[in-house]
Amino acid sequence: MPGQNEQVENLVKTEYEHGFVTDVDTDTVAPGLNEDVIRLISNKKGEPEWLLEWRLKAYRHWLKMTEPRWAHVHHEPINYQSISYYSAPKSKKTGPKNLDEVDPKLLETYAKLGIPLQEQKMLAGVAVDAVFDSVSVATTFKEKLAEAGVIFGSFSEAVQNHPDLVRQYLGTVVPTSDNFFAALNSAVFTDGSFCYVPKGVRCPMELSTYFRINASNTGQFERTLIIADEGSYVSYLEGCTAPMRDENQLHAAVVELIALENARIKYSTVQNWYPGDENGKGGIYNFVTKRGDCRGNHSRISWTQVETGSAITWKYPSCILRGDHSVGEFYSVAVTNNYQQADTGTKMIHIGKNTKSTIISKGISARHGQNAYRGLVRIGKGAENARNYTRCDSLLMGDQCGAHTFPYIETRNSSAKVEHEATTSKISDDQLFYCLQRGISEEDAVNMIVNGFCKEVFRELPMEFAVEAQKLLGITLEGAIG
Amino acid sequence: MNGTAIHHYLAEYHRREASNNTPWLQEQGLAALEKFRNNGLPTTRQENWKYTDIGALARTGFITADARHNTIEHHRLDAVRIKGLDCYELIFINGQFSPTHTRLEGLPAGVMVESLGRSLPNPSATVREHLNRYADNDNYAFTALNTAFLTDGTLLVIPANAVIEKPVNLLYISNRQDQTLVSHPRNLVILGANSRATLIESYIGLDKAEYFTNTVTEILAGEGASLEHYKIQQESERSFHIGSTHVTQQKDSRYVSHSISLGGALVRNDITATLGGNGSETILNGLYMAGDRQHVDNHTLVNHLQPNTRSEEYYRGVLDGHARGVFNGKIIVHKNAQKTDARQSNANLLLSDNAEVDTKPELEIYANDVKCSHGATVGQLDENMLFYLRSRAIDEETARSLLTYAFADDVIRRITLQPVRDRLEYSVIGRLPDASLIREFV
Amino acid sequence: MLQIKNLHATVDGKEILKGIDLAVNTGEVHAIMGPNGSGKSTLANVLAGRDGYEITQGTILYNGQDLSKMAPEIRAREGIFLAFQYPVEIPGVNNIYLLKAALNAVRKHRGEPELDAVEFLALVRDRMKVVAMKDDLMSRSVNEGFSGGEKKRNEIFQMAVLEPALAILDETDSGLDIDALKIVAGGINQLRNRERAIVLVTHYQRLLGYIVPDFVHVLADGKIIKSGDRNLALQLEEKGYDWVKQETVAA
Repeated sequence: MPGQNEQVENLVKTEYEHGFVTDVDTDTVAPGLNEDVIRLISNKKGEPEWLLEWRLKAYRHWLKMTEPRWAHVHHEPINYQSISYYSAPKSKKTGPKNLDEVDPKLLETYAKLGIPLQEQKMLAGVAVDAVFDSVSVATTFKEKLAEAGVIFGSFSEAVQNHPDLVRQYLGTVVPTSDNFFAALNSAVFTDGSFCYVPKGVRCPMELSTYFRINASNTGQFERTLIIADEGSYVSYLEGCTAPMRDENQLHAAVVELIALENARIKYSTVQNWYPGDENGKGGIYNFVTKRGDCRGNHSRISWTQVETGSAITWKYPSCILRGDHSVGEFYSVAVTNNYQQADTGTKMIHIGKNTKSTIISKGISARHGQNAYRGLVRIGKGAENARNYTRCDSLLMGDQCGAHTFPYIETRNSSAKVEHEATTSKISDDQLFYCLQRGISEEDAVNMIVNGFCKEVFRELPMEFAVEAQKLLGITLEGAIG
Repeated sequence: MNGTAIHHYLAEYHRREASNNTPWLQEQGLAALEKFRNNGLPTTRQENWKYTDIGALARTGFITADARHNTIEHHRLDAVRIKGLDCYELIFINGQFSPTHTRLEGLPAGVMVESLGRSLPNPSATVREHLNRYADNDNYAFTALNTAFLTDGTLLVIPANAVIEKPVNLLYISNRQDQTLVSHPRNLVILGANSRATLIESYIGLDKAEYFTNTVTEILAGEGASLEHYKIQQESERSFHIGSTHVTQQKDSRYVSHSISLGGALVRNDITATLGGNGSETILNGLYMAGDRQHVDNHTLVNHLQPNTRSEEYYRGVLDGHARGVFNGKIIVHKNAQKTDARQSNANLLLSDNAEVDTKPELEIYANDVKCSHGATVGQLDENMLFYLRSRAIDEETARSLLTYAFADDVIRRITLQPVRDRLEYSVIGRLPDASLIREFV
Repeated sequence: MLQIKNLHATVDGKEILKGIDLAVNTGEVHAIMGPNGSGKSTLANVLAGRDGYEITQGTILYNGQDLSKMAPEIRAREGIFLAFQYPVEIPGVNNIYLLKAALNAVRKHRGEPELDAVEFLALVRDRMKVVAMKDDLMSRSVNEGFSGGEKKRNEIFQMAVLEPALAILDETDSGLDIDALKIVAGGINQLRNRERAIVLVTHYQRLLGYIVPDFVHVLADGKIIKSGDRNLALQLEEKGYDWVKQETVAA
C-alpha cells in the first residue's frame, strides 16, 4: 500500500507533551543505597519500628538477588548506587493539610498535565491522590469519601492513621522477597496510595492517583495497597508522567490488591511515563509488580492498562484466584514506538473452584519498538471447572519493529478449560483500502483501524480515561502507520 | 547430579575410544564432547527444559551399546514391521546396524540408503560435507552427546531430480540386554534439488527393556525438494527417548513431519526447521498420548529466515493417568522474512485429574508484513458429543473412548501412507478402553 | 406408553418446567407447541436424559418404568429417540459406523442377533430412501460439514434405521427451506405407524401442515396451558400465543 509507511512516519513523529520540569525546591537525599539510607527514609516519614524492620529485611534479601534477565528487553546495567532514593518538594514539614497549603507550582504542574487538584474544577466523582516524586502532595474529596467510610489517601498517612490495616495487609500479596524489583521497592518505597473500602460499601466515586516524576537522578518507588472488604466495590485509576531527560530513570512500584468475599476491584492504568526520544535516549524504566489476590469467594479483580510510555516496561498485573467462583480479568493495550520496549502480560493463578479468567492483550509495535506479551495461566489441582480465555493480538507498523508472544499454560485439573489464541499481522491492506474507497483519509483510516483494534480494552476503561487513552494512542503513534 | 553424569559420559567416551575407526570425525566428536563437558545435561532451570526433569536419566549409568548388542530373534521383526508397507528398510538393534535384515532391492540409481557407520571409515564427499553441519551442538546438549558418540545410523542421499516412490523405513529396535544401554543413532538425510522422498523413523522397544535412545536426524532439503518424514515413537514403557531433528530447507522446498509419540517413560522430541530459502514450506503434525507416569515433551522451533515462507503446525495431546505432557512451539520470523505465513495450533485432552499439561506456543516476530497465529487449548471431551452418542444407544465408556480416538485421529488422518495410518490407528485404539468396539468405527 | 406427571425440572438451578402432565399412547402423534423459552426443548432433553437437566418433582413413566433412573443410552435402547434441534458434528467418527453400533446396541438389548455388515448395509440402503439421503453423506463423519438441512435429514434417517418406539423430534423443522421441509415431513409420515408414538416439538404450525397430529399441546412458562386437536394449531397460527395465554389467565 503506497503511502502507508509515510503515514506511519507522520503518526509516530509527535513529541512527548508532558516533558517539562517543575522548578521546586526539593529535599533530595544523596544518591546511593545502604541501610542508613533506608533508616533515613523511614525516619523522615516517622514510621513505626516494625515497618523499618520490614524494609531492612527486604533490603537484606534484595542484596542476595540478581536482576531478572528473562524478559525480552535490553538495557545497560542499572547502577543502583547512582540513584537518589528520596526526593520531596520542600514544603511544610508535616505535608500539606489541605490544597491551600500545596506549593502553587505543584498545582500548576498538575494543571498542565490536565489534572486539576482544585476540587471545584474536578470532574465530578473522581478523587485524586497526586504523588510528586517520592511523596503524596494532595488528596481530594477526602471528606466525601470519609462519609462513606472509605479510607483513601497517601500511603504515609495510612501508616500514621491506620497502622493496623497497613500491617495486616502489606506484603501479603507481593512478599518482600517476591522478585528483585519488588524487594527493592519494599526496602525504599517512599509513598503511594492506600485505600480501604469497608464491608458492603460501593465507593461513591472513582479513585485516582496521578504519579509524577520530576527530580533528576531519582527513582520513584511507590507502593499502593487497596483492600476491598466483603461485598464492596471500588474503581481505581492510575496515571503517570515524567519530564524529558537524557538519562534513564527507574520506576519500580508495587501494587497490591486484596478483594475479600463478594468484593470487586477495578484497577485502570494509563501509563505515559517519558518514553525517551526518537533515538532511544532517556526515558523511564518502568519495572512494576502488580498483583491482586481474590481472597474471598465470588470476588473479582480487573486490571485494565494502556501502556504508551516508558523506555522499558516490565510488568505483569496478575490475579491469584483463591476464592471459589472468583474472577480475574486483564485487558491491556501496550504501544511501543521508536526504541521503546515492553514485556508485559499477566498471570492468572487458579486455585479456587469455578474460577474464571479472561485475558485480552493488544500490542502495537511501531518503528523500532519491541513488544512482548508474556503470560501465565496456571490451573491448580483443586481448581475444579476453572475457565480461561486468552486472546493476544499484535499489530506491526513498520519493518523494524518486533512483536512477541510467550504464553505459559499449566493445567493440572481435568475439568479445566483453557483457550489461548494469538495473532500477529500488519494493518490489512484490504481494511485500509476499504476505508480509502469510502473517502476516508489514510491517517484517519489508520487511526480508526488502530482504535478498533484496541476497542475491546478501551471499553473496559472508565469514560474519562477511555477518551484520554484514545487520544494518547493517537499521539503516541502519530505518523507511525505502515 | 550433573557432575556425575558428565563424568560418566566422559568415561564412556574414553572407554570406547580405542575402537574408534573414524579419525576424520574425531575432532568434531571431541569438540562436541567438550561442549557437553562445559554445558552438562539440561536442568529445569533452563527455559527449554522448564517442565522436563531428566534427573532419572542423568542418574542412570547407561553403557554405550556396541556391536555385541546386535541380537534379536528373527521372528520378532515381523511383529514390529508395518503391515502392508512396501518399503526399503534398514534395521538397527540397540542402535547397531543389522545387515542381515535389510531390504534395499530395487533402489533407484544414484539413491544412497545405507548404514552411516559403514560409510564413516571411507566417507564420500557428501558425508564429509554435510555430516554434523545442520545439527546444533551448541544449544542442544543431547545433540552434542550424540555427536561425540556418533558411530552409526542411516545415510540417505537422494540425488537431484530423483524421486523414490517407496518410503524408506528405518526401524530402530531396542530389546532387553544384560546391561542398561544407551544408543546414539545418527541419521543424515540429503535431498538434492527437486528430489522427493518419504522417510519413516520408527523407534520400537521390546520386552519392557530399560534403555536410553539418544537420536539425532539431520536433514537438508535442497531447492524444490520435498520430504515427507514420519517419526513413530513406540519405545518401551521403561525407556528414555531423546530425539532431535534438525532440518534446513532451501528455496521452494517442502518438509512435512508427522511425529507420533506413544511410548517411553521419559520422552523429549525436538524439531528445528529452518526455512532458509524463499518460498519454502514446513508442515509439522504431531500427536502425543501418555498415560501412567509417562512424561512426553515436544519442542518445535520454526525459523523463518526468508520471505514468502510458510509453516503450519498442528499438535494434539491426550494425557491420562499420572502422565505429563509438554508442548513448546516457537515460531521466529526474522527481519528479512516478509510475507511469512505461520500458523500453529496445540490442543490437549486432559482425561485425569492426576495428569498435567504444560503448553507454551511462542511467536517472535521481527518482520511486519506477516500473518502469524497460534492457538492452544486444554480441555475435556465435548459434553454435547457425548450426549449425542449416548442418545444413540452407545455406552458412556465406549462413547468416551470413541471421542478420545476421534480427537487423536485428527492428527493421524493427515498421514497419507495408508499402512502407516492403519498401524497408528490400531496402536492408538489399543490404548483405549473398549478397544474392540472402537475398531468397528474406523 | 409415556406418562408424565407434575414434572418440574431445573437447568443450572433455574426452574424451567413447572408441572407438566402429559400422556402419550402407542400410535399417537403429539405436537408440543409454544413460544421461545417456554420449555419445549427442555422437555425433550429431560426425556432423553441429558446431564444438567434436573428433575426436582414429579415422575416420568415409560412403559411403566421410571425414566429418571435410566442412563441416556439405556433409554435409547429402550426405544426412545431424540432428533436433536442442533445435531452435533463429531469429526473422526464415521456416520454409518455410529449407526451400526447404535442399531446393534439396540438389537442386543432386545435380545435380537446383531446385524452383520451385509445385512446392515442392505437396511441402510433401504432406509436412505425415506429422506433421500445422498451416498456421500453416509461416508462422512457424523454431521461434519453437513448443511443445516442435511443434518436434520440425517436425524430422520437415523430414526428410520433405529425404529424407535417413541420419537421426540425437537424443532426438526427449524432452519429448513420448503423443499427440505417437505422431504423431512414426508420421511416422518412414512415412519408414522400404529406401534410408534411421535412427539413433535415445534414453534410453528408450518410442520403440522404436513404431519397431522392427533393432539396439540401449548406449552408456556413451563406448563401445558391448553390441549386440543389439530384445530388448536390452526387457531394458534391465526391468533398467536398471546391469545392462549390471555385465555388461560381469564379462565
